[in-house]
Amino acid sequence: MKPIISLSPHVHGGDSVQKNMYGVCIALVPALLASLWFFGLGAAIVLATSVVSCVLFEWAITKFLLKHPACTICDGSAILTGLLLGFNLPSNLPLWLIVVGALVAIGVGKMTFGGLGQNPFNPALVGRVFLLISFPVQMTSWPVAGQFTAYTDAKTAATPLFIMQNAISSGDPRVLEQLPDATDMLIGQTGGSLGEVSALLLLLGCAFMLWRKIITWHIPVSILGTVAIFSGIMHTVNPIYAMPHVVLMSGGLILGACFMATDYVTSPMTAKGQLIYGVCIGLLTVIIRNWGAYPEGMSFAILIMNAFTPLINTYCKPKRFGEVIARKEDKK
Amino acid sequence: MKTFKIGGVHPVENKLSASSPIREAALPKQAVFSMFQHIGAPAKPVVKKGDEVKVGTLLAEAGGFVSAPIHSSVSGKVSKVDVCLDASGTRRMAVYVDVEGDEWEESIDRSSALVRLSDRPELDGKTIIEKVKNAGIVGMGGATFPCHVKLSPPPGCKAECVIINAVECEPYLTADHRLMLEHPEEILVGLQLIMKAVDVKKGYIGIENNKSDAIALMKEKAKGYEGIGIVPLKVKYPQGGEKQLIDAVIGRQVPAPPAIPISVGAVVQNVGTAFAIYQAVMKNKPLIDRIITVTGKSVKQPSNLLARLGTPFQQLIDECGSLPEDTGKIIGGGPMMGKALLSLDVPMTKGSSGLLIMNDKEARRSEAQPCIRCAKCVSACPMGLEPYLLSKQSKQEDWEGAEKNDIVSCIECGSCQFTCPSNRPLLDMIRLGKSTVMGIIKSRAAK
Amino acid sequence: MVNVILIAVLVLGLIGLASAVILFVVSHKFAVHEDPRIAQVGAVLPQANCGGCGYPGCSGFAAACVKAANEGSLEGKLCPVGGQPVMEQVANILGLTVELGAPKVAVVRCNGTCENRPRQAQFDGAKSCRVQQMTGMGETGCGYGCLGCGDCVAKCQFDALRMNPETGLPEVDEEKCTACGACAKACPRGIIEIRLKGPKGRRVVVLCNNKDKGAIANKACKASCIGCGKCVKTCEKFEAITLENNLAYIDAEKCKMCRKCEEACPKGAIHGFNFPPKKEKPATAEQITPNDQTTKQSND
Repeated sequence: MKPIISLSPHVHGGDSVQKNMYGVCIALVPALLASLWFFGLGAAIVLATSVVSCVLFEWAITKFLLKHPACTICDGSAILTGLLLGFNLPSNLPLWLIVVGALVAIGVGKMTFGGLGQNPFNPALVGRVFLLISFPVQMTSWPVAGQFTAYTDAKTAATPLFIMQNAISSGDPRVLEQLPDATDMLIGQTGGSLGEVSALLLLLGCAFMLWRKIITWHIPVSILGTVAIFSGIMHTVNPIYAMPHVVLMSGGLILGACFMATDYVTSPMTAKGQLIYGVCIGLLTVIIRNWGAYPEGMSFAILIMNAFTPLINTYCKPKRFGEVIARKEDKK
Repeated sequence: MKTFKIGGVHPVENKLSASSPIREAALPKQAVFSMFQHIGAPAKPVVKKGDEVKVGTLLAEAGGFVSAPIHSSVSGKVSKVDVCLDASGTRRMAVYVDVEGDEWEESIDRSSALVRLSDRPELDGKTIIEKVKNAGIVGMGGATFPCHVKLSPPPGCKAECVIINAVECEPYLTADHRLMLEHPEEILVGLQLIMKAVDVKKGYIGIENNKSDAIALMKEKAKGYEGIGIVPLKVKYPQGGEKQLIDAVIGRQVPAPPAIPISVGAVVQNVGTAFAIYQAVMKNKPLIDRIITVTGKSVKQPSNLLARLGTPFQQLIDECGSLPEDTGKIIGGGPMMGKALLSLDVPMTKGSSGLLIMNDKEARRSEAQPCIRCAKCVSACPMGLEPYLLSKQSKQEDWEGAEKNDIVSCIECGSCQFTCPSNRPLLDMIRLGKSTVMGIIKSRAAK
Repeated sequence: MVNVILIAVLVLGLIGLASAVILFVVSHKFAVHEDPRIAQVGAVLPQANCGGCGYPGCSGFAAACVKAANEGSLEGKLCPVGGQPVMEQVANILGLTVELGAPKVAVVRCNGTCENRPRQAQFDGAKSCRVQQMTGMGETGCGYGCLGCGDCVAKCQFDALRMNPETGLPEVDEEKCTACGACAKACPRGIIEIRLKGPKGRRVVVLCNNKDKGAIANKACKASCIGCGKCVKTCEKFEAITLENNLAYIDAEKCKMCRKCEEACPKGAIHGFNFPPKKEKPATAEQITPNDQTTKQSND
């Protein structure tokens, strides 16, 4: 027998990258089923294309460009990127656009930086924002929910976000009356991209991740809290701005707060940093939604704060053991 | 229920031997006494080849103030003074004694009768520390820091309380647990002696609440002792770390090095040390044996053995059923902070709290994957450090950066590596960085 | 329209002007005066920043050379990468002459190949010699030999070291080695020695670093030095070999390359490098194998 020698610790908690990545995927399942229910065939095609092309690009780039021997597609990160990218697209998007989006997400957003763990920006959002800027028409014509067999021929209509922006630009609070009622928005009976539909099921997924300790509460709570408070103030000051509960449930806010902003690689490492990051995302989202050119601000807010993550990491250190007491003594 | 405030992890406890009473291990044929059984200067042998020794005879004297003498745990003849492979994995000077019979020094009181502090009113602090020093007692939790040094606070520091570490937060190990169940009163008298030595009126025994029987028993017995409180603690690793224990029990945090526990008025001793101090002061018995947990999932009979120092590990494992076929790793100590041994021929020392046999499958680390910056190591670190960053800086040899990020505060508990989903060897690299940075700091101070 | 263009030109022009003034002021006010020779010396240095000279990078070395020149001598200053030609250039710039020692090369003083030194344990952890060193003896019974994780290879800036997967030991490419010493510093066991290259690259070296007693060293490795002292006796005339801590060491300056010690060593721990193949057949097969290996190695 040749004993194994190594330094301590000799046991491991059993957590793994796979467990975390697939955990997030599982958390996305309820919302995924809801989007299939509301958008039918279109949703299935968009999601399947997005996931398959993301995994394919990851495999091809690792194998042929990076010439890396290890297979990284099994860790589930590409599947997750594919799912999240699909969730950020309208259900009537043509196939080729999805493939282009996936190529940008994996190729530009992730692999150019060296693959898993190296990317400064959330790959799925890089893909989505690329598509949004390059193909604004296709990316902002949202199908109406409830068309099971429709794909690119689906009927489109204005989303709550669009109505909200209309209200601001026209300066008339009565426009807001066109918004769907709160229950519809909670279960997802509204137009929008795939993952923007059901606030309730997304929160359920978030609760699952919190329970499995995949994420901590800091980022989602700080984002949602900031958005609620900030938009509440806005609404009180001027009723042309939408009510906070509508703001919270509309668009990709919950998806972004729970699944995109919490991405390990691109979010800060300490609790304090995560709170700062979350608050800034919340503020930026409301600002972009109310005064920006695009009706949706979540993706941009997250990408902007992704860029600040290294800075936050440098300045937000965890509270060291004994530090508090040492400071108190210094003051004395 | 109390616990420490920052970080921590929850390894599977696996206390396989918790219900097995302490057994006395057989005498070895040959006992080997390494001269490096403690932190500090090595002991200097005072015997030579051919000398007759008894149980309790001085083999080696302390090599300095931070050092401890070593006594023979067996009777027989010194066969050689030579190098041996010890638990640290290196060859070091040792005294080999061939065992003949079991003859004890006459000064040692071998009766099991309890001697209370009230029976020996003439004892004062100085005598106690002197006796502890001469008995060669070191920290029995595994750190093996010479005990008398801790009992002599540096000038300007005043101890306020004594904390007995009965946490045993390492998975698998049960030696301290069994000791509390079988010798509660001796431990309490030992604590009284420590309190007298450092002249304080308050003593605590911190026990994790996975040992409810021990908590109940100690609480019951402690009623008869003034100023001693039993503190049940919430189970969380690394509660047995000195700084974490002080935080958990009295809510004070020891500042970063060079501050030491006494800076916040606490003296921490392991429960095994308290027992050894009792034996040394009341029974005149030097540190010649200790309780060691021999355990592992494939070990036939996981046990707690009272074994003489210098017994080879091979013999201990033989007493608990032979070495399992599928053995992959032999660990001296617990799985979180223990040391992987090169072979079973290594003799046990004063710091051997456990002998853990892991099978090949559980012993092997999974392959490291890229860091996904999940920050789980940051939230697990009980010292509030950033293990991912320190490990990266060590790898890049950015010693300045590592020093700025308080790498020397690391207590090497392994919580970061335990929790890392990417299976990265975080602590391997941090240890490397820590030792390098400490070297740099030392050489800077020398200038 | 013209108005807009005019305003734009004016505004940009003014900003440009203001910036120019600020730049001018700052560059003069905060200019750091440096001996211009430092830059000149730096220009002739190889800019590998290997640290082989003992200073932090080439600029540090250049500054040190200028400082030393101001004190009158370049003694002790050597860029091991550039060697004599570079030092002559440096000396010319500084108006001095320089004397230089003979060329050196890195020598891995361990022959504990997988075959010679059986593994007793498996190391599982970060692939770093220094991490493995912290576990104690490492994978083999030898506490002094090569750990085989390649810290030295990683440190070599000149691609002069590579790990031989068959032997598990690093090999030095003598053509590429600049004797900068980075590998020697990286090795936690101090196995690599920066040694005189010798005439025509010929040198005789004890390829072992084991300071254990003979019995332990012998058990750990077939090619270990057991400190028997036979080589010391054969070299009585030149006194080039010393025995300390059970380990023989050949002083390269005293060695006369007679290679008698090589024959005397019962363990084959002494090796000659770059000697032409011997004509007469050696007595035993054991002696020739290691020699042949090393000649091959160095000819690579």
